Amino acid sequence: MAAHLSSGRVNLTALREAGRRELREFLDKCAGSKEHEVEKMFTLKPGRLPQADVKNIIFFVRPKLELMDIITDNVLREDRGRSPQRDFHILFVPRRSLLCEQWLKEQGVLGSFIHREQYSLDLIPFDGDLLSMESESAFKECYLESDQTSLYHAAKGLMTLQALYGTIPQIFGKGECARHVANMMIRMKREFPGSQNSIFPVFDTLLLLDRNVDLLTPLATQLTYEGLIDEIYGIQNTYVKLPPEKFAPKKQGEGGKDLPTEPKKLQLNSAEELYAEIRDKNFNAVGSVLSKKAKIISAAFEERHHAKTVGEIKQFVSQLPHMQAARSSLANHTSIAELIKDITTSEDFFDNLTVEQEFMSGIDTDKVNNYIEDCIAQKHPLIKILRLVCLQSVCNSGLKQKVLDHYKREILQTYGYEHVLTLNNLEKAGLLKPQTSGRNNYPTIRKTLRLWMDDVNEQNPNDISYVYSGYAPLSVRLAQLLARPGWRSIEEVLKMLPGPHFEERQQLPTGLQKKRQHGENRVTLVFFLGGVTYAEIAALRFLSQMEDGGTEYVIATTKLINGTSWIKSLMEKLEPAPF
Amino acid sequence: MSRARADEEEYWHSSKFRAFTFDDEDDELSQLKESKRAVNSLRDIVDDDDDDLERVSWSGEPVGSISWSIKETASSSTSSLESRDSSLQKGSSSYAAFPKQVSSYSLSSLFKGRNRLPSFQSLSDALSDTGVKNYAPELRRPKAEYKDYSSDWSPKDTVRRMQRGKICSLERFRSLQDKLVLLDEAVAGHDGNVITAVLIFLKRTLRREILFRELEVRQVALCHLIHFLKETGEQKLLLDLLRFLDRTEEVALSQYREHLNIQDVEKRREFLKGCIGLPFSAEDTSHIQDHYTLLERQIIIEANDRHLEMAGQSEIFRKYPRKASILNMPLVTTLFYSCFYHYTEAEGTFSSPTNLKKTFKIPDKQYVLTALAARAKLRAWDDVDALFTTKNWLGYTKKKAPIGFHRVVEILQRNNAPVQVLQEYVRLVEDVETRLNLATKYKCHDVVIETYRDLKDRIQLTAYKCKVERGSAEEEKINSVLNNTVRNTCFFFRNLIRNGCRLGVRAWLSNILFVLAGKLILHLELHSV
Repeated sequence: MAAHLSSGRVNLTALREAGRRELREFLDKCAGSKEHEVEKMFTLKPGRLPQADVKNIIFFVRPKLELMDIITDNVLREDRGRSPQRDFHILFVPRRSLLCEQWLKEQGVLGSFIHREQYSLDLIPFDGDLLSMESESAFKECYLESDQTSLYHAAKGLMTLQALYGTIPQIFGKGECARHVANMMIRMKREFPGSQNSIFPVFDTLLLLDRNVDLLTPLATQLTYEGLIDEIYGIQNTYVKLPPEKFAPKKQGEGGKDLPTEPKKLQLNSAEELYAEIRDKNFNAVGSVLSKKAKIISAAFEERHHAKTVGEIKQFVSQLPHMQAARSSLANHTSIAELIKDITTSEDFFDNLTVEQEFMSGIDTDKVNNYIEDCIAQKHPLIKILRLVCLQSVCNSGLKQKVLDHYKREILQTYGYEHVLTLNNLEKAGLLKPQTSGRNNYPTIRKTLRLWMDDVNEQNPNDISYVYSGYAPLSVRLAQLLARPGWRSIEEVLKMLPGPHFEERQQLPTGLQKKRQHGENRVTLVFFLGGVTYAEIAALRFLSQMEDGGTEYVIATTKLINGTSWIKSLMEKLEPAPF
Repeated sequence: MSRARADEEEYWHSSKFRAFTFDDEDDELSQLKESKRAVNSLRDIVDDDDDDLERVSWSGEPVGSISWSIKETASSSTSSLESRDSSLQKGSSSYAAFPKQVSSYSLSSLFKGRNRLPSFQSLSDALSDTGVKNYAPELRRPKAEYKDYSSDWSPKDTVRRMQRGKICSLERFRSLQDKLVLLDEAVAGHDGNVITAVLIFLKRTLRREILFRELEVRQVALCHLIHFLKETGEQKLLLDLLRFLDRTEEVALSQYREHLNIQDVEKRREFLKGCIGLPFSAEDTSHIQDHYTLLERQIIIEANDRHLEMAGQSEIFRKYPRKASILNMPLVTTLFYSCFYHYTEAEGTFSSPTNLKKTFKIPDKQYVLTALAARAKLRAWDDVDALFTTKNWLGYTKKKAPIGFHRVVEILQRNNAPVQVLQEYVRLVEDVETRLNLATKYKCHDVVIETYRDLKDRIQLTAYKCKVERGSAEEEKINSVLNNTVRNTCFFFRNLIRNGCRLGVRAWLSNILFVLAGKLILHLELHSV
């Protein structure tokens, strides 16, 4: 069922199993028996709990105050007279929160919970090479509120990983938060002798990267297949919901019969062979793969005419399920590609991309941009505007005061003055700021790290810049340069980027020290503190697959993000308009 | 068993009685304390590592869990073996004996105001909006639980226990010094959950000025408290804190944020009025002022227009009933509204577009765009025309658009303007290529034909013939243009020569012309000069 987790260089099934075991134990405790049949699962929402003839109700929640209010409502509306009475339990993920429990207590419902426990699921395996904490507010908490709790959880997650996969001998990092996490890891290791384990280390290196070292990358539109799916439809926990029209079953004779209205929900991960092959490609290279696959599959189905003997027919039939799965997978992705193509070929997508690319390659970043002005005038979604303005600001090391004021005024006048709060948040996070030093560092950084590549090959890429059709994500460039030739060669640029850079070594017992086989790749765990985009993941996978790369990457993050979800997390929550 | 406990709990919840509050000096406990101390010291002799119990419950979780597997894989040093044993015990036998009473006592000791110290009680009353008195009273813990409840924990141990999700009494940290050490330990642990818990304790037990003063030099803790106050909506304390720290801009923004919670417009307006004097940054000050003024205007306009609409006298409201109220809408939307319903009003009225433009210093571009969209929607083409007509001092009229005529065309097109109107503006697009594109796209045949004629592009013009209807006026026009090319060429050269004359190369040019076009042209040239 979760075979894709063991497909990578590091078998993440072990982590999954540990997580499952812990959950089972909690269920045992609540049910008091070895059977944990979950009767029903409900999404948490206010009001009376749905009818269900069960003994135990378990609230499985993140420790957030707004969720506590919903739970309170649920509990208070529970019919006390019903029999049998239902027992309540609460399981916090990943940590019990004193604040939340106090909140429940103030509402007078804390006593209603028989078990209150925590489920320390810090890092959730998403794919064979991908782990996420799914903590969407991590960036905001770290950079706006200086709340480092999510970093503490990151460190704990890393300790769990080390317990399962061995101590990671080398730790590199860049940024304030990276420094904190490394410190905490070292401290936890000191305080907890159990972490001195006897497992042969699977990871050679850990690279901790602050999101604010590279604010630029998430703002740009991702141009890989998976990245575009996320940009346009938003991938939630590896699932995507798509408009159903293109997925209507085509049956002969009943054309145009009632179209499905429910969105089509698909899971996206490497368990699907075709998806694993195309997800990290530039979208422009996806079409040719799909049509090639279509030819292969139809040829395979044609085979049946050539099957003469019983043996041949038997063999054909035995392959049939696989072929049918491949065909339906192909049909799905052809439909998705069509949906995306409708958007990527639109005039507005093109204009938007042109402006992004101009900024990233350093053109006209210091004056008010016409396209942005036009978008404001036409009241395009505010997040789109903010993404572009922030991108311009980052690519110019801050905007000239006059330009910044102009944008701000236009935004407030068009979208409402209350957004002054959001603009302040963006400023605090460093995404939107006046150019204070009077010096624009970006061109130097761009040139030294070769962030802009003019000759990009989207079909057969030779550089990571293919994921943004020209722009090489800064974060991944840092990882690449760390592997070869090492950060010493880019000291100057590292100093221009925010936060310290550092290296730590964790001592291994002599028996565990690795003797590398000739030609064996190193394994590096890259931890993005504050979120990572699918395009960055694609770029790292590209580096893993390079023949002479020498390094394979496993990726961990606080949250999978894109520019829109990221900016949204920084926006002030505004009360809906009163009508 | 759990049912009984729940009842008990309910009793305490509903009761006015104050239950026994846990205290360090309790007899039973102090005995335990002693024995604990003995055990602890014993362990100190056995190995000089950190407190062993510490390690036992680093996980605090039952066997087999993630944290357990950490231990499982640990090297088999004596200490970790020991710890595994005790965690095993915890997981099974101890659980059966007293099923998680842990849950019932958890926070009361942490967060409850203490009756014995009236000054603190009143302080916490003053500080929190939620009324400390409603807190569920303490339950007396079963004896076995005291094991976990030693008061011996150092600040460091206390913090580490709390990091594991265990509950510790903080009440025993009494001196300011102790409390601060505790806080510093919590901060060093980076676990926001624990930092916040300690802060809640400090907030309750320290005088406000002292708390503020100490936090000022502890930035991380400070940030957590600010975040906590924001989350729980303790606005008053938050503002006091920010003021104390002289973070005036934050005070202002934080106070301003409050307006979002006010639904009643009159109250909201009053509130915004109060925000104007707050110490925002210079640029934000003007935005906040504008926000207030805008809402004030909207309230007036709304009252008026609702009245007008109800009365049914005004044609515009009858024809286009309002879909929503204008209250709390952004400025540009308000401007659109006023261009839609109040376009012709004199500048003196609050609802007139010109008045809005002046009051909020709306840039020309923005104004024209909005007015254009509003008037186009009403298909008031004369208004649209007037919008771009300027008179110079000699009285000549001229067409001018601060947004560029290509944008004008797009907006008109979106509002389904008829071709006659559309082509008038397409014609004004300066860039030839854009003009051709727009004209072709929106089927403004006349403009296409004229442009090709001016470009002398016979081929394109001939090709365009297939795009117009057979026998239509447009086709005729194309034909006539194509037929007149000779004459046009003639005009063309005449123009050339004229210009050439001005440049003083008449002779040279006329030579060429002679070769090219013959006597007739020469004649014309001479004539014209």
